Amino acid sequence: MINILEVNETNKMIEQEKLDVRTITLGISLLDCCDADLDALNQNIYDKITGLARDLVSTGREIELEYGIPIVNKRISVTPVSLVGGRACRSPEDFVTIAETLDRAARDTGVNFLGGYSAIVSKGMTPNEEALIRSIPAALAATERVCSSVNVGSTKTGINMDAVKLMGEIVRETAEATKERNSIGCAKLVVFCNAPDDNPFMAGAFHGVSEADAIVNVGVSGPGVIKHALEGVRGENFEVLCETVKRTAFKVTRAGQLVAQEASERLGIPFGIVDLSLAPTPSVGDSVAGILEEMGLESVGAPGTTAALALLNDQVKKGGIMASSFVGGLSGAFIPVSEDQGMIDAVNRGALTIEKLEAMTCVCSVGLDMIAIPGDTPASTISGVIADEAAIGMINQKTTAVRLIPVIGKDVGDTVEFGGLLGHAPVQRVNRFGCADFINRGGRIPAPIHSFKN
Amino acid sequence: MSKTIITVVGKDAVGIIAKVCTYLANNQINVEDISQTIVQGYFNMMMIVDTGASTKPYAAMVAELDELGGAIGVRIRCQREDIFTKMHRI
Repeated sequence: MINILEVNETNKMIEQEKLDVRTITLGISLLDCCDADLDALNQNIYDKITGLARDLVSTGREIELEYGIPIVNKRISVTPVSLVGGRACRSPEDFVTIAETLDRAARDTGVNFLGGYSAIVSKGMTPNEEALIRSIPAALAATERVCSSVNVGSTKTGINMDAVKLMGEIVRETAEATKERNSIGCAKLVVFCNAPDDNPFMAGAFHGVSEADAIVNVGVSGPGVIKHALEGVRGENFEVLCETVKRTAFKVTRAGQLVAQEASERLGIPFGIVDLSLAPTPSVGDSVAGILEEMGLESVGAPGTTAALALLNDQVKKGGIMASSFVGGLSGAFIPVSEDQGMIDAVNRGALTIEKLEAMTCVCSVGLDMIAIPGDTPASTISGVIADEAAIGMINQKTTAVRLIPVIGKDVGDTVEFGGLLGHAPVQRVNRFGCADFINRGGRIPAPIHSFKN
Repeated sequence: MSKTIITVVGKDAVGIIAKVCTYLANNQINVEDISQTIVQGYFNMMMIVDTGASTKPYAAMVAELDELGGAIGVRIRCQREDIFTKMHRI
């Protein structure tokens, strides 16, 4: 039987160390919504989403209340819209109407974000996919809750450099299209390599074509819990350090698994995966940077940071994998800058640069995330950063992503406020040397040798 | 399935257990186990209860116990047992 110490430990995690379930994300396939008529397509999409997700928010609240654990976000991911809109959409403007439908469905179901305004173009782009990509700036400017992602490469296919070039331009255009709101559109646009089909976290969530009609995915969090556990083992060796992270990750993930199963049962929709990511928020004590500093770094960004992050990421996976029947998504540690007060502080004190962040992305679970850069950064430079990240993902057989925000009208030294979970960020310096001739070559980078396993 | 853990934390005072138990009895909620400690003057109690026979909706019970806690100056939480067993038992 459970004892008072265990009960107190769990409740302390929830109340003082900010243990929460970060998101219940309902994945919905829109493939059966396809229609040659644009109005019919939009109606089908709206009806399917609002039908399946009708009880998502209320069910989330119910579980939150009964188990006493906060479920911060309820969200929806859908089939990449480029695959759904193809027959009906003749132009980027047509695609924007779908974005507006998705936004309306998100608002009416009460979710705060809906992901899947996406295209998977890791090897080549169809005309539909290109039209969707070209519609992203207008779509993100016209909507509030829609998130977009584009997968430009994979270990199996190599990197589509035409798409990389285009995405540099699209990121800039999105920044311009939302410049009145600190270019916030870019905070909802992720460029991936090796994007997973079942990621519940925004802005990169979409419901892959390998998935069932509808699925419940859950993302757990809890950087504060890990940090607190590590406070108890200061000065101990790496064996003790790793073991502590692993045990704590196990407990955190068990809470996520429970919520996932409950949500699945109550909604009558199958359980997909638990994504055991440490996702920071801007609030104090909910920081991944805080964990790395607790391990013994004076500041995130100091030598040793990459090693500390590598062990954290690996131990989180090892602890979490036994706690859940299905693990998927991104699973690891997120290192967004604007969403993590410890990261922001490190940038402000001059300890953390984009180059160090790039090194960290080799061992974390995602990539260069929520980084504000000067508004006059050329598109080709953004493409260069995307290409670098995609190469890291391709060669290391892992997911990498880029979510850069070129804030129009802002420069190094300025701070940008995005609000809410998106936080605030100091504008960071980007290497000023150009790479336009490299990006303009066009074509593809072939898949690496170790992808040929057949 | 219907097991619930009620925790009561706050400054020690006369009659805390009595008031909580009266509420539970009035709502057909059976107490199966109680453990209690006082840490640095703070009252800390855990009850395992069975809500199977209660006619009250779960959400109402959570809200009313929270309210009762407010009235007697303690924090009362009411959570399904699974959140603890899943986390601490393999």
